[in-house]
Parts: sequence; structure tokens; C-alpha cells
Amino acid sequence: MDNSIVTTEPLMPRETAVHEEHEHVFIPQHRHHFETEEQQREAGSFGMWLFLLTEIMFFGGLFFAYLLYRNWYYDAFVPASNFLSVTLGGTNTAILITSGFFMALAVWAAEVRKKQFLVIALILTTLFGLAFISIKYVEWHDEWVHRHVPGASFDISEFVSPKAHGITDQKPISPDMAEHCQIFFFLYFAMTGMHALHMIIGIGLLVWLILRAQRGDFSAGYVAPIENFGLYWHFVDIVWLFLFPLLYLINRHPLK
Amino acid sequence: MSATSTTILNLPDQTTAAIPKKNYISSEHGLLSWLLTGDHKRIAMLYLISITFFFFIGGAFAGLIRLELLTPQPDLVASDTYNKFFTMHGIIMVFLFLVPSVPATLGNFLIPIMLGARDLAFPKINLLSWYLYLAGGTLTLAALVLGGVDTGWTFTTPLSTHYLNTHVVTTASAIFVAGFSSIFTGLNFIVTIHRMRCPGMTWFRMPLFVWSHYAASILMVLGTPVLAISLTLVGLERLVGIGVFDPTKGGDPLLFQHLFWFYSHPAVYIMILPGMGVISEVVSTFSRKRVFGYTAVAFSSVAIALFGFFVWEHHMFIMGVSNYSALVFSLLSMLVAVPSAIKIFNWSFTLQKGSITFETPMLYAFGFMGLFTIGGLTGIFLAALGMDIQLTETYFIVAHFHFVMVGGMLMAFLSGVHFWWPKMTGRMYPESLSKLAAVVTFIGFILTFMPQFIVGYLGMPRRYHAYPPEYQVLNVLSTAGATVLGVGYMLPILYLAWSLKYGAIAGNNPWQATGLEWQIQSPPLTENFTEIPVMDHEAYDYEWLEHKTQNEVTTVG
Repeated sequence: MDNSIVTTEPLMPRETAVHEEHEHVFIPQHRHHFETEEQQREAGSFGMWLFLLTEIMFFGGLFFAYLLYRNWYYDAFVPASNFLSVTLGGTNTAILITSGFFMALAVWAAEVRKKQFLVIALILTTLFGLAFISIKYVEWHDEWVHRHVPGASFDISEFVSPKAHGITDQKPISPDMAEHCQIFFFLYFAMTGMHALHMIIGIGLLVWLILRAQRGDFSAGYVAPIENFGLYWHFVDIVWLFLFPLLYLINRHPLK
Repeated sequence: MSATSTTILNLPDQTTAAIPKKNYISSEHGLLSWLLTGDHKRIAMLYLISITFFFFIGGAFAGLIRLELLTPQPDLVASDTYNKFFTMHGIIMVFLFLVPSVPATLGNFLIPIMLGARDLAFPKINLLSWYLYLAGGTLTLAALVLGGVDTGWTFTTPLSTHYLNTHVVTTASAIFVAGFSSIFTGLNFIVTIHRMRCPGMTWFRMPLFVWSHYAASILMVLGTPVLAISLTLVGLERLVGIGVFDPTKGGDPLLFQHLFWFYSHPAVYIMILPGMGVISEVVSTFSRKRVFGYTAVAFSSVAIALFGFFVWEHHMFIMGVSNYSALVFSLLSMLVAVPSAIKIFNWSFTLQKGSITFETPMLYAFGFMGLFTIGGLTGIFLAALGMDIQLTETYFIVAHFHFVMVGGMLMAFLSGVHFWWPKMTGRMYPESLSKLAAVVTFIGFILTFMPQFIVGYLGMPRRYHAYPPEYQVLNVLSTAGATVLGVGYMLPILYLAWSLKYGAIAGNNPWQATGLEWQIQSPPLTENFTEIPVMDHEAYDYEWLEHKTQNEVTTVG
């Protein structure tokens, strides 16, 4: 059964790898329908880039909606944005960049075939990813407590009369405008939620990669899954690098 | 074959011919060997069966719509049931039939073979895309069985988010899932075309079928995610009730229109481009000539894909968009006519002085060329701002869209199925019956949709189940035509199924065509080629074919 799907094995071993004239590298993960291993590797990474392109278009719709409403309801978006914590958001940005750094190290470790280093780098990537999700959860919880979650329980009073809630550094806005804070928070939850969903999927994949790395799958020159996952993980980082300034830093003078 | 012969059909001697023992159908047995296959040809057949199933469900709703419109009074169904009918018809036909029709069946089957590859780049993702398609289809059927949905296939907000109490979320998730099936198909094609071409297969030696699929794949990959996010927002708006599209909360319904049509206009090019690829192959084969202006036809596919992304606002001219942007979009919409016309002209020049024969695929291709031209030209009417305000939301739009999609794409699909059927199954269908089906389809089509141009021009709005009595004559004509059209679509199902067992053995190259797919056995081996071919000639090189067959001893069986 030549090209059937073997569900337990992610890539089907195949004996007849086409060998380079000068170098007899045997890679069991070579798939029969690729002429060379190089072709297989290139196809995989090209496919990943295309997938990321679709992801850009997917997030693009949300970014477009955000920019439109930011432009229309700037006066509502500023106080709503100022309720977000730059400290937590900034910490998360640093955490995510660190996670991306370890991912880059992991790709390098796979390429130079350092198994133990690869496993450690992947574990650190995962831990920093989890830290990001935890802090994000704290932030979401804060917004829930302050009744900033859009829907029936959304409360505009903090925006209409900030002084009554002990907030001294915000100017009050009209109730009409304050209603539009809900759109900000909806987009905030949609965008950070979609981003967090990608992180969670990524963490799931990381666990799977760690297990395979531990087994030694990536220590013999077959690094495509690590490389392609690295692309995905960096993409998720980059989305956050756009989300953070757009959502957190509107009209903050000075940053606080 | 003499110069006066009326057919190029060249079947092997039926007394000795047999289907090759070893082929992709016979290589394994059992249901699981199909359901878990990674073979692009088997997945193509799975797709062919499933899209045919959905085509007939969508078609049944079309029949019910036409039946209701037989009389001016609303007598067959209540108005909200009628709304559900046309919504289901639209959703099934657009998302579950037209979008995957040619790419997921013929494209899936043929692109690796045409490129000289053993399979698509990602066989498992290919299978995954079929399962996603099935999941989307099942959800759609669930929405239908649970009571239907009546938003129209366009999910117009705030109608879909605030005013309807039907299964909008189920249907939206169905389309979301089916959308990912289409993204994965497109992604697979692009990677395959870039990375899996055989030695000597340069970009400008690829068949035009591959070029048009390349262009369509770009649209699938870039457009479909935007549909996904806009439907996600519709779903969230319904479930949570935040006002992204709700004007009472400061949201903008037009934003939805922008996001939706940013996909759904390119989507019509996703639907038509692969069909244009089929026509290029068929017209060349049955005129025995290289496609005239190969490079122009190839680039016009890419041009359609590029322009297609910058015309979406023409669906919104009456929705209160800025006059200046409407002007720009009107101009851009007319510009799409240029690459489309390039194709039509080049096919016509391919016919000129060609040795034309009239086999079934060619009849369907002629149907395509005529009907698509009418559909395309009425598209220019609609791109013109003044005309659009008069004609939009009338039956003129319905007729225009169906001329392009049914007269164009469905004809192309049937042309392709008839053209490659001998390759896919190894058997030939009854020729005279299939020619009859092609003619019946054409006549039925004209009778169904030509009156709709007139009735739309006179002012009959679309999506209503009752109309003033003076429109009845045209509507009766249209319904009569739909009946004929139904017969035209039933016939192929019957004789193609018949041919699976009783059809004549087709041999490797019944049409004497030049494509790589015709140089291998029919049905092909699982790995397509015993050894990877080396491409040493251009596509549609009939001299090469002649030299090849001269020096070749043909053995059959």
C-alpha cells in the first residue's frame, strides 16, 4: 500500500530514498512521491509560508475592522485602551520574544543535531508560551471583574464617570461614545483570543515535538518539522508585536 | 485518419482490449483503502462523488424555486420557506459545488500527472481537505434538516445577525469549515506547481489547465481566510451580541459587506478560472492546434486573479458607498473584462484553420464560450454605475450570474468530465447519447435564463416568491427551460454510471491529445509514472505527438 495514510506514524518511512552522488544520507522520513529530500524539505517550508499567508489574511480582517473603528471612535478607544495594563502587556511582549528566541535556538540545535539542547530549548519555548497565556488570563480576568467583557454584562459607568470609580487620570466621555468602548473590547477579545488560540495550538504541537525530539527523531538530519513549526511560532509572535501597540498604546502620554 | 474524418476518437480494438490489470482503482480493495487513501486520483474520485451528491441537492432546490415561480401567486410554499429554498440553493451550489467542482476533482486528478509528478506535495492535507469538505457539507445538511436558514447565501448583516431566528451559526460554521478545505486544496496546488514539476517542465511548458489552477489557487489561499473571519464575526455577533456590524451600537453593516465581498467576488474567479483551464485543453485537442497566444492565455489567468481582488465594491454600489470609490471600482470591474476577452479571443483564434471535430467535450466547450461571453458582457452592464443601480437586485443579476456560473462553469465542468472520463475510468461513454445531453443542456439553459434577463430588465426583483401577473409568460418559459436543463443533467449521471461497467475500453489516448496524462495508461497507475518523465517539448505540440506515435508499436491489453 504505497501512499496510504498511516495514522500512527506522522511521516511514512520509505526505503528508497534517492541518494546524492557524493553523500549517502539515509533519511527514513523521505516520502515516496518526492524525487529528492531537498524537494521534500523545500515543499514543506513553502507550504508553511503559504499557510502563514492565509493566517495573515485571516488576522487582516480583524486588523481592518480595528483600524476602521479606531478611526471612527477614537475618543472611546482611548479611555478603553487606557484600562489595559501596559505593564502586563509589556511583560508579555518580553516573554513572547524570549520564547521566540528559544525557538530560534531550537531550530539551530536541530540543524547541528544537538539532541539534548534541542529538547531543552523546546521545553523553554513551551514554558514561556505558558507564561504568556497565564498573564493573558490574569488580564482577561481583570477585565471580567471590571465588567469590560462585551455582551449583556458590559458596564459603561467607568468610562462615563471615572471619578466615581476612583479613577482620576481619565476624562469622562458621553454615554453615547462610551457605548463604543464595547466595540473596542470586543475587538480586543476577538484579536487577543484568536492569538491565544494560536498559542494554545502551538503549545500542543510543541509538546508533540518535544516527545519526538526526545525520541531522537530530529537528531539525524531531518529537521523539517522543527523548522516549519519555528516559522509558525515566530508568526504568532509577530502578530502579538502588532497587537500590543495597537491595543495597549493608543494615546498614552506618558506611558504608564 | 483522413482530412475529412469527423472524429478523432481512436479506440483500441474492442475484441482484444482490456483495462490494465494494475491501476489506481484495482491496486487496493475495501472501503478503508479509499477513506484513508493519500492518492490524489482516489481523492479526486471521492470529491467527484460528493460534489455530484451536493449538486443534485442544490439542483432540487432550484427546481422547487422554479416550480414556485410558475405562477404569480405564492401558492406552493410560504414566503419564509421560499427564502430558505433559495438560500440553500445558493449556499450548496456556491460553496459545496462550484468552488470545489473542477479544482478538487479534475485538478486533483490531473495536476500531478500534467506536471510529471507522482502525487500532490501534501497527500495527507489533500485527504484532510476532503474530510473538511464533508464536515462542511454535513453541517450544511444539519442546518437544512433542523429547519433551514434564510439569510440568502450572502449572510447580509444586520439581517443575519439580528432579525432572523434560523440556523445562521450552523450554516456559517459549515462554510467556515468548507472554506478551509478550499484553502488546503489551493495551498497544495501552489506548492505542487512550484516544487514538483518534472525535469524539463518549465513554467511555459505547463498546460494552461495548470496555469489557471495556479491563479485560482492564489485566490483560494488569499481570499478564503477573509471569508472565514467575516463569518466568525457574524457568528460572534449573533452569540454574544456585540455591535461590530450593528448600527445601533455604532457598528457598521458595510464593514461586513466589504469583508464578505473581498472573498466572495474573487470566489467567482475561483469558480470560473479552473473551468477556463478545461476549455483551453479541450479547444486545443479538438482543433489539433497549439492554443493561440499561449503566453497571453497563461498570463490572463494570473491577471484575472490579481484584478479580481480589486473589484469587490461593485456589489455595494447601492449600499451608500462613496461616489468616488464607486467610480474607481466601476472602472476596475470593467478592466477584468480585458483578460477574460483575451481568453475568448485566443480560443477563437485557436479554432481558426484548426481541424475541428465535434466530440462531446468540444460541444460543451462551445456552449461555454457562447454562454460565458454573454454572461461576461452583461457583467459589463452591471459594472457601469448607472445601469447597476437600475438592474441590481433584479433577475438581471440572477441571469448574469447563472450565465457565468452555470453556462460557463458547469459547462466547463461537464466538458472536463467528458474529456477526462476515459482517463479516469479507462472506459468510454456512449457518444451519441452524450452529444444529445450536451445539446439538451445548452437548449435548456438558454430557455431557462434568457427570459430572466428580460424579466429582470423589466424590473422583477430577485428573491421574491410572488410577482405581478404580466411577468408570468417569461417565468413559465424559464421554468420549462429548467425542466429541460434537469433532463440534461440527469443524462450524464446515467450513461456515465452505465459506462463504468459496459463502456468501451478507451485505451491510453482516445482523443490523440498531447498532454502528459494521455501518454500513460488509463486508468493510471497509483504512482502515475513508472519513471518520472522528462519534458522535452512545449504543451500542445501535435508534431511531437505524431513523431512519437510513428515510432511506437501500440500494444493494447
